[in-house]
Amino acid sequence: MPKTVKLMQGNEACTAGALAAGLRFYAGYPITPSTEIAELCAEELPKMGGCFVQMEDEIGSIAAIIGASLTGKKAMTATSGPGFSLMQECLGYASLCEVPIVIVNVQRMGPSTGMPTSPAQADVMQARWGTHGDHSIIVLAPGNVRECFELTLRAFDLAEKYRVPVIVLTDEVIGHMREKVELPDPRDIRPFNRAAPRSPAGYKPYAADPDGGVPLMAPFGAGYRWHVTGLFHDETGAPSGKSDVADKLIRRLDAKIENNVDDICEFSGEGLEDCEIAVVAFGSSAMSALSAVRRARKEGVKAGLFRPKTIWPFPAKALREVALHAKTIVVPEMNLGQLALEVERIAGCSSKVVKLGKVNGELFRPEEVYAAIMGEADNGGTGQGSAKAGEGAK
Amino acid sequence: MSEFLSYFRQDRLPHIWCPGCGHGTVTGALVRAIDRLGLDKNKVCVVSGIGCSSRAVGYLDFDTLHTAHGRALAFATGIKMARPDLKVIVMTGDGDCTAIGGNHFIHAARRNIGITTIVMNNETYGMTSGQFSPMTPKGMLGTTAPYGNVERSFDLCELAKAAGATYVGRSTSYHVPLLIDLIEKALQNDGFSVVEAVTQCPTYLGRKNKLGDAVQLLNWIKDQAVNVKAAAVMPKEKLEGKFLIGELHNGPAPEYSAEYGELIARVQRSFENVKGGLWECASNSD
Ligand SMILES: Cc1ncc(C[n+]2csc(CCOP(=O)(O)OP(=O)(O)O)c2C)c(N)n1
Ligand code: SF4
Repeated sequence: MPKTVKLMQGNEACTAGALAAGLRFYAGYPITPSTEIAELCAEELPKMGGCFVQMEDEIGSIAAIIGASLTGKKAMTATSGPGFSLMQECLGYASLCEVPIVIVNVQRMGPSTGMPTSPAQADVMQARWGTHGDHSIIVLAPGNVRECFELTLRAFDLAEKYRVPVIVLTDEVIGHMREKVELPDPRDIRPFNRAAPRSPAGYKPYAADPDGGVPLMAPFGAGYRWHVTGLFHDETGAPSGKSDVADKLIRRLDAKIENNVDDICEFSGEGLEDCEIAVVAFGSSAMSALSAVRRARKEGVKAGLFRPKTIWPFPAKALREVALHAKTIVVPEMNLGQLALEVERIAGCSSKVVKLGKVNGELFRPEEVYAAIMGEADNGGTGQGSAKAGEGAK
Repeated sequence: MSEFLSYFRQDRLPHIWCPGCGHGTVTGALVRAIDRLGLDKNKVCVVSGIGCSSRAVGYLDFDTLHTAHGRALAFATGIKMARPDLKVIVMTGDGDCTAIGGNHFIHAARRNIGITTIVMNNETYGMTSGQFSPMTPKGMLGTTAPYGNVERSFDLCELAKAAGATYVGRSTSYHVPLLIDLIEKALQNDGFSVVEAVTQCPTYLGRKNKLGDAVQLLNWIKDQAVNVKAAAVMPKEKLEGKFLIGELHNGPAPEYSAEYGELIARVQRSFENVKGGLWECASNSD
C-alpha cells in the first residue's frame, strides 16, 4: 500500500495516528473542541473489532481506558480543559500503577468553561503537575496537522515503552485546522508493544531496575492473577507503607522518564545554529513564530525558532546549546507565561527570557512575534526591551 | 475451610480489618459462590474502589484492581468491554458506590453491563472513621453527624432496579447462606447485577451509636431484616424500620458488551474491506 495524501483536520489526524498505533479502545465524554476524535473513534473502531464507549463523564472515561489497557489493549481518550481537570486523579493512578494510556487534550480557553471554541495553551502546567503527588510525565505538542498524526502515534509508542500515561497537547486551532497530510505506508509503521512476561511463574509485576527500569506487564485475563493498586506497592504489587518502598518506587517512576530524556525529547527549529534572538514556541503559536522568524531573517536579524515537540520533559540540552549564542529568548504562548518558566529555568542565567503572553482567545499574528523580535534586536538583543506579557504589536 | 483458602493470596494476610468487622464475612461469601460455580480463576477479575471494603480485592487470588474512590465500576467497564469473556466483579462500600461513585453506578445499571457488584453496606464511611454516608439511616450518629443525621438514605436496591440493573438482591453478614445464594445467582446473570450486603462496622458505626460489640451489632442488623417472602404477607406497620432481604429483582435483558459485540459483527459485515476507513490498518489489526 503506497503513501496516501489526504486533506485532514488535526483531530482527524490524531485519530488516524492512534489507529495506526493499534488503538482498540476509546472511552470519552463529548467536549468542544475535541469531540471529532470521539465521533471518529465511534465510527472507525468497530470496523477493526475495537470498542468505543461514551462514558458518563471524563473521570469514568480515563478510568475505563485504564481498565481496557490492563487487558492489553491500546486505549485512548480525548478531551479539553474542563474534562482534563476531571481526569487528574486517575492520571496519577495510571502513572503510579504504570498503565500505558494516551490522553489528547485539545486546549481551549479557561479557567472554567471559559471560551469553549477559542484556542489556548494554558494547560502546560496542568499537564505537568495537574495530578497530586510527585511524578514525571510525557507531554507531546504537535505543531501542525501532520504532527497530530505522527505525535499521537508516537504517544502510544512512548506510553507502551515506558508504561506511562502520555498526553498529546494540541489546541483548538491545531485540532480544527485542515491541511494536506501525507500519510506513511502502513507497512512502514512498526508500533511499539509493551514488553510482556513469558510465564506466570514467579511473576513480579513491579520488579525493575531501580534506576528507571520498566517492569514487564502481563495482561489481565491471561493467568497471571496480579494485583494493581494506587497504594504504594512493592515489587510484587502488594500495598506497602514502608518508607524505603515508597522512596524506591517514586524515584524509579521519576527516573523512567528523566533518565531517558534523550530518547523521549524531540524538537525542531530553524536558524538555530547562529541565532542571536531565539523564539521558543509550540503548537499553533509556533506557526506564527516561524513566519516572524523568517521575516526577521530577511531584515538581517539573526532570529531562530526553537519548537519543542516534547514539552515535558523539555528538550533542555538542545535549548541550552542555543542559549550559548542567543542573547534573548522570546516565548510567545497563549497563556501568561507557563512554558516561559521552564525556558527561564533552563536558559535564564545565560539569556534574557521575554514572555509574550496572549490570553484573548486569538492566535498570535506573525506581526506580533515579529515586532517582539525586532524590539529586542533594537536593544541589541540584550536587554532593556519593553515586551511584557500581552504587549506585542497592536 | 481449606478449600476456600486457595482463593486467597495467603502471603497478603493477615487482612487490615478490625476484629468483628463484617467485610471478611462478605468476602468469604463471594469466594464460596465462585467456588460453587467452579469459575476459572484465570478468567475472573475483581475490581474495587477505596474504603475498608475495597481492600478485599488485595487478598483475592484473581486479577485484581484496587482503583480510585468511587470509580471501580468505570474501570470495570473498560475491562468488561475490552474482554467480554471475563467474569468481572466489583466490590465496593456504601460510600464508594452511592456517594462519590453514584453516577457510575446508575450508568452501569442503565447499560446493563455484565458486572456483578457487591456493595458492602456498613452504613458509614469506615476507612475515614465514621462519617455519615448516603446509606446512614436518618437520625443516626456519625462523626460528621454529631447531632444525628438529618439526611434521608438511599434504598440501594430500588435505585439499582430503577436504573436498569437486571438482578438485584440484598442480604446481610448475618444471613450468610442467603448471601452466598444471591451472589451465586448474581454471577450467573448475564447483565448488571447488584447484591447489597448489609454488614457491621463495630469500630465506628457501632461505637458512635452505642450499639454494642460486633455480635450485638449483627443482632441489630438481623432484627431489621425481613425476608421478602415473609414481608409479602405481613401488614405494612410491621415493616416500619425494617429492610427486605432476598432476591428483589430478576428481569433479564440484553447485556451491553454482547450487544456491542453484535454491533461490531454487523459493522464488519458491511465494511468487509476495512480499507477506505480513516486508517488502512489491516496490517496491524488483531
Ligand atoms: C477522591 C477521594 N475522596 C475522599 C477519599 C477519602 N476516603 C477514603 S475511603 C472513604 C470512605 C469509604 O467508605 P465506604 O465506601 O462506605 O467504605 P468502608 O470504609 O465503610 O468500607 C473516603 C471518604 C479518597 N480516598 N478519595
Ligand atoms: S473501621 Fe469499620 S469498616 Fe473499617 S475495618 Fe474497622 S470495622 Fe471494618
